[in-house]
Amino acid sequence: MSLTATGSGSSVGSSSQSSRGPRRGWRSAGTWFGAVIVGLAAFCAIFAPLLVPHDPFAQDLGKRLLVPFWMEGSNPEHLLGTDQLGRDYLSRLIWGCRISMLIGVTVSFVSGLIGITLGVMGGFLGGRTDDAVLFAITARLSLPVVLVALAVVGLLGSSMTLLVITLGLLLWDRFAVVSRATTMQVRNLDYVAAAWCAGCSRFRILTREVLPNIASHLVVVATLEIALAILLEAALSFLGLGVPPPLPSWGLMIAEAKDYMFFSPWIIMIPGIALFVLVLGINLLGDGLRDQFGARTAP
Amino acid sequence: MLRFLVRRLIVALLVVATVMTLAFILTRLSGDLAVSIAGPSATQADVDAVRKAYGLDRPLIAQFFDWVGRAATGDLGDSYFFKTRVSTLIGERMPVTLTLGLTGLVIALFVSLPLGILAAVRENTALDRIVQVVALLGQAMPSFWLGLLLMILFGLKLGWLPISGTDSWESYIMPGVVLAFSAIPAVTRLTRAGMIQAMGSDYIRTARAKGLSRASILLKHALRNAAIPVVAIAAVQFGFMLGGSIVIEQVFALHGVGFLAWESIGKNDFPVVQSVVLVLAVIFVLLTMLADLLNAVLDPRLRSA
Repeated sequence: MSLTATGSGSSVGSSSQSSRGPRRGWRSAGTWFGAVIVGLAAFCAIFAPLLVPHDPFAQDLGKRLLVPFWMEGSNPEHLLGTDQLGRDYLSRLIWGCRISMLIGVTVSFVSGLIGITLGVMGGFLGGRTDDAVLFAITARLSLPVVLVALAVVGLLGSSMTLLVITLGLLLWDRFAVVSRATTMQVRNLDYVAAAWCAGCSRFRILTREVLPNIASHLVVVATLEIALAILLEAALSFLGLGVPPPLPSWGLMIAEAKDYMFFSPWIIMIPGIALFVLVLGINLLGDGLRDQFGARTAP
Repeated sequence: MLRFLVRRLIVALLVVATVMTLAFILTRLSGDLAVSIAGPSATQADVDAVRKAYGLDRPLIAQFFDWVGRAATGDLGDSYFFKTRVSTLIGERMPVTLTLGLTGLVIALFVSLPLGILAAVRENTALDRIVQVVALLGQAMPSFWLGLLLMILFGLKLGWLPISGTDSWESYIMPGVVLAFSAIPAVTRLTRAGMIQAMGSDYIRTARAKGLSRASILLKHALRNAAIPVVAIAAVQFGFMLGGSIVIEQVFALHGVGFLAWESIGKNDFPVVQSVVLVLAVIFVLLTMLADLLNAVLDPRLRSA
């Protein structure tokens, strides 16, 4: 089974083999850019209720589709304009950041729990257990993620909780692949052998020796999964089967604005750019972390 | 080689069986299907009639094995909404999805292979960095948003390409480009990594020592070896593209299999939903199997795996 090839298109699995020189200026600039974006997004997400200039749910049909500040005829009270129902776009954007971050982090937590458990078990125990884990990963990869998530939400009705559970159950594959591979590497190292000789229990070896030593790789996977979950949530919400309205998910904002995009393109530009920049920032931070950890913990 | 084949086939069959079970469970999650099929204004008698007509009054286990048994012979049941056979429906819509997927794959390879090779040959130069930045940007791009942007730019402002529908081959250009974006980062990175590894190997040094031309070394020796993982990931990415095309089909109103599934989810037409999940999964399994076989043929070292 070519699991390295099916690792859902990221180079995480092979990170320890890729060329790794000293970190260069442009790369660390990218990492800093990513860190600033993620920090800003986390700040917006946590303090959204204090930051929003208006109620993101309050409609004002008298002020529909006001243009943002860089265009002629904008209203200084609504910096980024208003949407088709007259809701303040900046407020909805900030609230949408909260939703994206919340979904990204919780989905990554759920999928991490599943994937790491499976991967570490397979990698550590080997044999039949490993065969079963490999099979689970293969089966999971053959399921079309977007379609299955759409079907679950479509059949059970959209809610944040359901969305998080569904995506969490679908996105654990990369966690499993990476934790399995790294556990296999760590398993045969001297300090694990030493722990065996010292009479440590299997559980103690797993929690005290193996997990701390693969943690850095898993942090990198977690950042990538957060980015992926945010993109998927936006796509599902865009298709109308993700975050339920009137919550301002960025994907939903783009879907609602679609009918007006040919007359006022800014209305899909704003949430789209926010989504793009956030995902880019998370990926840049993840790449930076990979370089950082990779240089230190290369097995 | 034979053992490898048999092993691979058994795993594939088990995966398909697992997917069938999951797809069946998935469509039964919503509780009483008869109620949702009959609609909100139906009376209890209507619901009972529906339940009987669609065989939903039988035990779940019987329904499951009925579905598996029929699917094994190619009979995917009847659609509740379209009142036709699901296999016919999927057969009608599949060409659109396959055309879209192939267009996306071809565009992705045309962009990624040269980019990856260039980046590898000029490793650690400005060019290499630009290629990696492009890959990062592609990874962060929400496909549906990119689709809308292209529609505004090329459909409305410039008027070069049709915005939706499947009337001509031009209709597939924009969706194909958008779909390609999802594969370009992965294929580019893998091509680059494969080429860098190949360029550092002994046989390349030998080829250099023999005084072969640069082009010959690159294309005949290095690329052939770097191609092995690229072929595998191209097949896998093609599978992901077919699964992911559901979003793009919706954006561009292409009536493919993804669009069919999206419509059917909204209508609670569960035979169609579970069949599309199954068909896409089977295609994916076949593609990965094909990739593994190709790999085994290209690289004998992998056969014992």
